[in-house]
Amino acid sequence: MADQPMNDAGGMVEKRGRSLWLTHAMMILGVLVIFFPIWLAFVASTVTQPDIVSPPMPVLPGSHFFENYSRALLAGVNVPVATMMLNSLVMAVGIAIGKIIISLLSAFAIVYFRFPFRGAFFWMIFITLMLPVEVRIVPTYEVIAGFGMLNSYSGLIFPLIASATATFLFRQFFLTIPDELAEAARVDGARPMRFFVDIVVPMSRTNIAALFVILFIYGWNQYLWPLLITTDPSMNTIVMGIRQMFPSGDDIADWPVIMATSILAMIPPVIVVVSMQKLFIRGLVESEK
Amino acid sequence: MEKRVTFKGWLLPLALVFPQAFISAVFFFYPAGQAVWQSMFIPDPFGLSSQFVGLGNFEYLFSDPYYRSSFVTTAVFSTLVTVVSMVPALFLAVLADRLVKGAGTYRTLLIWPYAVAPAVAGVLWMFMFNTRVGVVSWYLGQLGYTWNHVLDPNEAMGLVVVASAWGRISYNFLFFYAALQAVPRSLIEAAAIDGARFWRRFFTIVLPMLSPTTFFLLVVNIVYAFFETFGVIHTITSGGPQQATTILVYKVYADGFVGQDLGSSAAQSVVLLVVVGALTVIQFRFIERRVHY
Repeated sequence: MADQPMNDAGGMVEKRGRSLWLTHAMMILGVLVIFFPIWLAFVASTVTQPDIVSPPMPVLPGSHFFENYSRALLAGVNVPVATMMLNSLVMAVGIAIGKIIISLLSAFAIVYFRFPFRGAFFWMIFITLMLPVEVRIVPTYEVIAGFGMLNSYSGLIFPLIASATATFLFRQFFLTIPDELAEAARVDGARPMRFFVDIVVPMSRTNIAALFVILFIYGWNQYLWPLLITTDPSMNTIVMGIRQMFPSGDDIADWPVIMATSILAMIPPVIVVVSMQKLFIRGLVESEK
Repeated sequence: MEKRVTFKGWLLPLALVFPQAFISAVFFFYPAGQAVWQSMFIPDPFGLSSQFVGLGNFEYLFSDPYYRSSFVTTAVFSTLVTVVSMVPALFLAVLADRLVKGAGTYRTLLIWPYAVAPAVAGVLWMFMFNTRVGVVSWYLGQLGYTWNHVLDPNEAMGLVVVASAWGRISYNFLFFYAALQAVPRSLIEAAAIDGARFWRRFFTIVLPMLSPTTFFLLVVNIVYAFFETFGVIHTITSGGPQQATTILVYKVYADGFVGQDLGSSAAQSVVLLVVVGALTVIQFRFIERRVHY
């Protein structure tokens, strides 16, 4: 964000009075419209099934918050939502940490060494940038099934860390680390890994944190992949599990529990995004470069 | 750009790149290669052997009216998602940019939907428009309009577009807001002195200066609409009614996993591969150009 030392609030382009209030009013209206679906889901998660199935449902929260949420967390529909949240947590953290580790290592090798096949390797990860998992689902599924990794955490995690965004980000950053530091380390006789652990990783911590935020949300919000490979309900993640809570046929869905689950599914990523807003925006802008 | 100072040795760097190389090879290159390979075969009905058909699967694919209509559906869908997510975002960013106080609070509130998974967004919107219990569909009914996205293809398309675009508004807002903040105040004030009113300043000065951001967002939003909206479509419409919302990625899933037509599904994967490749080239071309600004 640009600094604006000269831009006092009274600048001639700045609006005052009625126009300013109008801007605030439109902004608030925009926020309300955008928030409405979340609000409605929250209200639905605090009322009873009869309140919902005889429309219109109330627009203010009811008194069944604890009842609905404990029913969702402890019983759920096919499997307790607490179990699905744990699966999502393992998957999201696994993807974030796994991707960060393998990318730090390979970016370090690419930037600080000259080795055989370096160019080939560089192009290989460049190509992986281009292919989302959605495009290669059938063969990837067959690989996972062949390894017996269906319904397992490793099956959920590994195919999604085979991508190169993080490697590129770290490479860009390592190139900005002053050469004097590596020089000094070499003169001191420090081993490359010492330099990596003592200098490179600590200097990268902001980038690591920003990337963690982005990757955590990416992992938590996965849908198609868990849908394919977790046939056992106890391995379902929460984001894909919600859809499984709808009954097949003409039965009426248990709306309060489903809506409580939807709210629970968005809480962790929302907390991460809102509490680490600066890091998140930085990570977003950098990883898209 | 290359480092001048490097360490010696080749065994260590090879060991360092090994984890990524191995995972990419097993879970990425091998499956992608398999997709290309399988796209040239038709398995027999028992799955025991398969017959080489060369480009036959592709010929079949493009002569299939369902597949061609899925292309059209994808084009319509991604265009609408891009427009519906970018226009309100730009509008909100312009408003936020005019505020000195309070912009941070609005930003915090507007970021929320980005964190909501597309599949969860699908559930929220499907709930609002549910034909039996939905609040919005109920009020529409009171106004004399019968909403039924389960039967009406256009309403189904409208609903999946809005549900997909919703979370993207946050994302686009962040980029537009950052770009607006970077527009030099002196330019705008100079125009103001010359008597240009707000909208005139916006269209003649601000919007042209936003064009790099706008173009970047166009590409990313199209990529998003193509590949990351599966969750929305699967939760709301499952591609229906009458395949009206079956976008290409959904069709790969429906034919490959539900229909078990592996040859066709693999051929579709290869087509998508070409599409992503083209989009990526456009994106990189553009970014290279942006560097010269």
